[in-house]
Amino acid sequence: MADVTLGDADGKSLSVPLQRSNAVGLFRLTDRVFHTVTFVAALFVLILLGAIILSLIVGAWPSIAKFGVGFLVGERWSVNKEIFGALSPIYGTLMTSLIAMVIAVPIGLGIAIFLTELCPLELRRPIGIAIELLAGIPSIIYGIWGFFTLTPFFGQTLLTASLILAIMVLPFITAISRDVFATVPPVLKEAAYGIGCTTWEVAKNVVLPYTRVGVVGGVMLGLGRALGETMAVTFVIGNSHSIAASLLSPATTISATIANEFQESDGVYRSSLLELGLLLFVITFFVLAAARIMLMRLERKAGA
Amino acid sequence: MLFKSLTSATFLVATIVTASAGDISGAGATFPFPLYAKWAEAYKKDSGNGLNYQAIGSGGGIKAILAKTVTFGASDIPQTLESQAKNGLVQWPMVMGGIVAVVNIDGVKSGDLVIDGATLAGIYSGAIKSWDDPAIKKLNPDAKLPATAITVVHRADGSGTSFNFTNYLDKVSSDWHDKVGVSQSPEWPTGVGAKGNDGVAGTVGQTKGAIGYVEYAYAMQQKLTYTDMVNKDGKKVAPTVPAFQSAAANAKWSEATGYYEVLTDEPGAESWPLTAATFILMYKEPADKAASADALKFFDWAFASGGKMAQDLDYIPMPATVVALIKQTWANQIKTK
Repeated sequence: MADVTLGDADGKSLSVPLQRSNAVGLFRLTDRVFHTVTFVAALFVLILLGAIILSLIVGAWPSIAKFGVGFLVGERWSVNKEIFGALSPIYGTLMTSLIAMVIAVPIGLGIAIFLTELCPLELRRPIGIAIELLAGIPSIIYGIWGFFTLTPFFGQTLLTASLILAIMVLPFITAISRDVFATVPPVLKEAAYGIGCTTWEVAKNVVLPYTRVGVVGGVMLGLGRALGETMAVTFVIGNSHSIAASLLSPATTISATIANEFQESDGVYRSSLLELGLLLFVITFFVLAAARIMLMRLERKAGA
Repeated sequence: MLFKSLTSATFLVATIVTASAGDISGAGATFPFPLYAKWAEAYKKDSGNGLNYQAIGSGGGIKAILAKTVTFGASDIPQTLESQAKNGLVQWPMVMGGIVAVVNIDGVKSGDLVIDGATLAGIYSGAIKSWDDPAIKKLNPDAKLPATAITVVHRADGSGTSFNFTNYLDKVSSDWHDKVGVSQSPEWPTGVGAKGNDGVAGTVGQTKGAIGYVEYAYAMQQKLTYTDMVNKDGKKVAPTVPAFQSAAANAKWSEATGYYEVLTDEPGAESWPLTAATFILMYKEPADKAASADALKFFDWAFASGGKMAQDLDYIPMPATVVALIKQTWANQIKTK
């Protein structure tokens, strides 16, 4: 607009620079406002995160003060005697997530490679939509389904919970892997095929290395969901504060314990549950941090 | 602030009867929930007033009334007079019922099995691991018992049903008394946890070889197999209304004790050993007097015209003399004006 005014009649020469500086000032102002608004939005997330951590620590403090490190290594969870140890929920959380990832990652990558490399075109959409639908199912439905179809075979055990989690994280891993696999430039794959590579070799040596970062991201997203999943796990894990050698024994996870017991808790009991929440926070943080470090290492290796 | 918001956020699928503004609000025990739901429906028809009852467990009910998020709390864990006084609460019994042991064994029907307190304690402490254990065989010489492993099912949340159940085991087994004791959320030596009476019923129904304990109405609704029991007098009894009544007749309800009564392991040849009462808790000086008056109107109606519905679901209504006592307590202690 300013430029149009500039080319206007000579008689208005006085007003031209004025209009121009007005317009530029307006641009500058919008820019500054935009900058501030986005900055505040970003800052808000940080403040929120800090506030959550702070309130968790404050809430958990009586338990931290009372049990100290013993909370992390104690296996006993006695509500009536007010002795709390988080080892069994920590074990349950890590173990169920680990088994779920061991099952879901190979299957998810397999589906994604099939969809992008091998699948006939007419099948691609139906399978893709099915996977996206799977991701949209609320967790309680998975819980109920697992309760009625898996527990008759496996009982309410650590393994049942792991299987349900594997099914739940599968769509995340698959959908993200498929999307990143689709970004591999056809020329790379064609070159590999051109020198006589098999599909397996193309997937292993071209597609996976090219999309490593995205795949790891998808896996981490799945892992994040597995670590925090509550409802589905509560239905099928057996909610028992114990660590058994067998995967076919009832167990519990951090989020399942909180969901079951928070409502009627008070005093040290409640603050122990809050400390469990804090621990889940810390575990998730470390898992994500480990993923970042792993990615950075991979990048460096690839660069060298 | 944090605590309050976290408490009010119900993490779980709390079962809620019709909710709308102006309804009477209460929360707590799952034990009487089938009856309260039925009463609520009938009361809505009679008076147009609704009841919003969240069956979140007795522990949750006590928490909710202390946090003043509801007009009344419901609990099967009787509060002592001192604890009522400390919190400015009034307690009275609303209805009585029976807790039954439910099992899921192929070929075993309701009434086929009989079990006694010591055996039940043995199963719940993990000492008895299989259905063909000599202790169970001895009580049931004629029953065909498989070598299936026993899956113990207990409550995962703080529960009045657990309180009454462990209270019974504590009375009949010194081993249980020493190792576990009485609690709304004991440190279970073995087994899987499920949330609410309905959760235990569902888990037992789904698991071969399982045993659990639920309020009788839940066993009926889910068509579960219940067992007979041996009572304090050494007699075999089936869970029936007369058996619950026989145990309930031993209660000495009185305002002087704040209606504190536990009805497990009562004497009497016909008494069901796992009988329990369920209680209502309200503030003596409620913040919202109109809401409390509405709630009392509902309870008054339930005592007057809810007896038949209670019996239909195999609950035991409070005797007329006790109801008169309770109304006296309301008039004397709860300030609704």
